[in-house]
This record gives sequence, C-alpha cells and structure tokens, in this order.
Amino acid sequence: MHYESPVRQPLILGDKSYNQITEDVVRPIENAAPRSWWVVFSIALVMFLWGVGSLAYTVGTGIGVWGLNKTVGWAWDITNFVWWVGIGHAGTLISAVLLLFRQRWRMAINRSAEAMTIFSVIQAGLFPVFHMGRVWMAYWVLPIPNQFGSLWVNFNSPLLWDVFAISTYLTVSVVFWYVGLIPDFAMVRDRAVNPVQKHIYKVLSFGWGGKAKAWQRFEEVSLVLAGLATPLVLSVHTIVSMDFATSVIPGWHTTIFPPYFVAGAIFSGFAMVQTLLLIVRKVFKMEDYITIQHIEMMNIIIMVTGSIVGVAYITELFIAWYSGVEYEQYAFLNRATGPYWWAYWSMMTCNVFSPQFMWFKKLRTNLVFTFVISIVVNIGMWFERFVIIVTSLHRDYLPSSWSMFSPSFVDVGIFVGTIGFFFVLFLLYARTFPVIAQAELKTILKTSGEAQKKHHSDHGAHH
Amino acid sequence: MAHTTEPTTPVVRALYHDDDVLISAVKEIRAAGYKISEVYTPFPVHGLDKAMGLKETRIAMAAFMYGVLGLTVAVTLTWFMMISDWPQNIGGKPNLNWGMNMPAFVPILFELTVFFAAHLMVWTYLIINGLYPGADAQNPDPRTTDDYFMVELPAADGLVDVLKKSGAVEIAEA
Repeated sequence: MHYESPVRQPLILGDKSYNQITEDVVRPIENAAPRSWWVVFSIALVMFLWGVGSLAYTVGTGIGVWGLNKTVGWAWDITNFVWWVGIGHAGTLISAVLLLFRQRWRMAINRSAEAMTIFSVIQAGLFPVFHMGRVWMAYWVLPIPNQFGSLWVNFNSPLLWDVFAISTYLTVSVVFWYVGLIPDFAMVRDRAVNPVQKHIYKVLSFGWGGKAKAWQRFEEVSLVLAGLATPLVLSVHTIVSMDFATSVIPGWHTTIFPPYFVAGAIFSGFAMVQTLLLIVRKVFKMEDYITIQHIEMMNIIIMVTGSIVGVAYITELFIAWYSGVEYEQYAFLNRATGPYWWAYWSMMTCNVFSPQFMWFKKLRTNLVFTFVISIVVNIGMWFERFVIIVTSLHRDYLPSSWSMFSPSFVDVGIFVGTIGFFFVLFLLYARTFPVIAQAELKTILKTSGEAQKKHHSDHGAHH
Repeated sequence: MAHTTEPTTPVVRALYHDDDVLISAVKEIRAAGYKISEVYTPFPVHGLDKAMGLKETRIAMAAFMYGVLGLTVAVTLTWFMMISDWPQNIGGKPNLNWGMNMPAFVPILFELTVFFAAHLMVWTYLIINGLYPGADAQNPDPRTTDDYFMVELPAADGLVDVLKKSGAVEIAEA
C-alpha cells in the first residue's frame, strides 16, 4: 500500500523512523539556542526598536516627517506595504495550492512558509495604518457609524476592499496555520520534562489527543481551508493591484495588474522562503527534510513566475505604445529613461534577468547561488513596487508640479524596523514552534523516505 | 497521565508500533466481534476511519452553510450602508438599487464569504473535538503523539488474546 514510483526522488533522506522525525523536529525547541541565534536576534531586535522609534516620531509629529510631497503622495509606505503582502503569498501558495495539487514536497516547508506569511502580512498592515496619520482613528475603516451621524465606509473603494482582503487573509492564514500546529504542539507537550514548558505547550495544544475522529475532521478541515485559501490568496494581491488599477494615473490604469501582481507576489514570496529556509535547514540541521530537491523545486517556481513577471513588463510597454495615449506612452518612456531609470533597470535586471540562471540544473541546485539570487529577487521586487508607485506619480499631468521623491530618515527607519520586526518574530518562532509539520510528514515517510524507498525497490513493490 | 474522559467501565488499551499493523489489527478486532471505542494515532493514518467504520465527517457541509451566511451578511451590509441608509454619488457609480452597484461589491462579498466559512468552520472543529486552550491531554499515553498507536476498547472475555495475536506490543487494563 505504501508504494511510490522509484523515479520519484525521496523527500526524506537517511534512515528515519517516526521517532527520529519527532526527535529531529523537537531538537531546536528542547535545546539551548546556538550563539548565532542570539547574535541575529539581537541585530533584529535593534532594527525593530529603531522602527518603533521612527513610528513613535511619525505619530507624535505627523506624516510630514516622511519624504512625501504634494506630487508624490504615496511612496515608500505603499511600496513596503505591497512588498510585504507579496512576500506573504508564497506561504499560502505552498500550504494551500500545493495541498490541492497533492504536492507532497510541500510538507517539509509549509509550516515555515506559513509563519513567514503571517509575519510579513503583519508588517504590511503597519504601513496603511500609520499612513492614516491619526492611528487612533484607524477603526474608522470598519463598517461602524461614526459620531457625525450614520455615515458609512465606502464599499465602492478599493482601499476599503483592501481592509477586508488583508484582514481576512491574515486571520484565515492564522487559523489555517494553527489548526496544523495543534497536533505538533501536543507532541511537544507529551515529551516536555520541564513543568513550565509542559504547561505552556499544554495550553497551546488545546488538549489534542490524536483521536481517529479528530484526525478525520482534521484532514477535511485542512482540505476545505486550502480550498478557501487558494482563491483568497489570489484575491488579496488582485485587490491590492486594484488600489492602482482603478485610478486614472498613467502607468497605474492597466487591466494587466491583477495577474501581474499575483505572479510578482509568488515570485518574491518564494525568494523569501528560500532565504529563510536555507538558513533554517543549516542552523537546525534539517538537511534531511528540506532537501536539495525542495530547493530546486522552489527555484523552478521562481524561474517560472519571474518569467511571467518579465512578460508582464514587456506587455505593459507594448500596450503603452499601442494604446496611442501620449500620457501612457510618456509614463513608460519616463520609467525607463527618465530620472528614475536606475530603479527601472535594477528591477529589470533583478526580476527578469537573474531568475533565468535557474534554467541550469547546476545553478538551481547550488545553495550559495540560490541564496544570492533569493536576495537579489527580493531587492528587485521592492524596486518593482517603487517604480510602479513613484515613477507614475512624480511627473503628473501638470509639468509645473513635477518633483522627485527622496526618503527621510524616518521612512528608512520604519522600513528597516519592519525587517527587524519580521526577523524577531521569525526567530522566536524558529526556537519555540515545531518548524516542520511533523505529523503530516510522518504520513509520507513510508512512501517517500529514502531508506523505505530503497527497501521497496530491493524487495519488490508489495508490502 | 491526565485525560478528560475518565472511563466508567474497565477498558483495555493496546499499543501498536506500526500504522500498517494497526490497520490490520483494527480489522481483526472488529471481525472478532469486539467494539473499538477509540484509536489514538500520532498522525492521520489513511484508511483508519474506514477500517473503524467511522461515518464521514459533515464539516465541509457546515463550512458551505457558513459561507452562505457570510455572503448573506455581506449583501445585507452593502445594501443597507450604500443603498438604503445613506446613498452617495461616488465616482458616478449607479446606486439606484443594490444590483446596479453590485459589481463594486464583489470583493467584499467574496472576502466575507471566505471569512465566515473559514472561521466558523474552525470554531466548529475545535468545539466538536473538545479542543480549547489549556484542556487536559485527551490521549492516555504520551507516546501516541510520537510513534505509538493505541486502540482503546471495553474489557471483554478473550479480548487480550485477540489483541496479542493482532500484533499489539503492549496491553494494559485499566
């Protein structure tokens, strides 16, 4: 019954037993943190605190402390918002879309990818909230009557769609993640010796006992959540892109935006998953679970989505010319050759050119090269958002109001702060949560474990 | 080990160390005419629910109903706020009735459907499984979240022999 074609590479390397998987997954939780963890955590914490300071200054003084001006009213804040939301998309793609497609290689990476989703959507949410200026009025985006009478939120506005999309996405991702975590927390609870630790994991594991009926419901709930999360993740970046696409700004007013943004989101998200997992597998010695094959699969997705993004860039240029609208044509000419040419060509190099190296098997299975490309892609995707937002705004219909944008130290501080906050959360997660969905992984040990597969091919395919 | 359901009648607990042995054991035990009250496993063992004769779960149907509820809430919300209570001319979008304005509400309708379906389904899942923060562990033996599989059933004559023959590595009567 546990048969898989010998053509398929094993997903779990070495001679593992169920118990060995438990031991390997729980090791980072039960052992003291390595010195390198403390070093990285301290750096992230300092960055985070700098961000907190910058946000406090913004709230205390007003968003005039940012580099925005009358012409460029959206810049780093929205760039960072879109960038972080986009990064989040890979987690849902791995856990939901790959579940629907029955891709078993997702099991070793879905837990961390979803953690990344949640932590990056938290970062994303900070930007629109603080861009409101008076953050204590942030609840005005909710559909409740305000004190001037029953004036409601505007359901025609893409910005309000965003509120609903992002909050649904964040909360649904959290429950999806947590439903999967409950059995794994129970495993940690049942092993814990330290009474404090045992109590904490008892609270977190909700009393899970692995009853047959509970597992039956667990699988059904996972499947339905995956089915709900798949259109949800596509809707989120579609709606984010509508913040731009429904406007009348040349360079924004394009129907290609939804698929183009979703492809870009998956592209940057997978790059961030690579960055994080290459470190996790090394530091926590998870090489047997997060194998070269996993890295290679993700590199192929990066290559495909990077190429889709490249096609989108070229389509945009073509349509700008073909439309015959001079404002549209100028917006794109200005992007490529105007004062922000360096941002445009950084974007083109990082996003379209660099993933093409992944056509070569030698390069896409090289860990150092993969790590470098994963960083390059995320820089490129940040530039993509910056190019779309700032170059479309800075030269508007009235040449007398043309201007440039330069970030203030507060803009930089908040951005760096969110990177710090993200890593603070991720590092805490990596030390206290089971970073691999061990219960799920155990279901494929007999079919996809290296020793088990070898046993099959040596003794025939029957059990 | 603490457990939530204190057995009133004496039960027998048999531990197995392999999921394939467990499945065949469950079939043998049921074929011998004994009733299995519970099976605890560290991971979802495929085919176990069928071997035990469990009914299919209806939680997906519940999720669908919750989704319909979410859609209804979204329709009511957008109609009341945008059409009935305080209509406004926004970008010239037609709002004489809800249907005319509906295309602009599609994202909201979708998001609220998903929101209700996902959250209410997970709440249902937690409640029917008796899962809540701080609940006592439901499994009588902590090894069943690692690599052991436990069959729990009411004590009966000749049961221990059947369990031994089925490949149990440990049998405890409580």
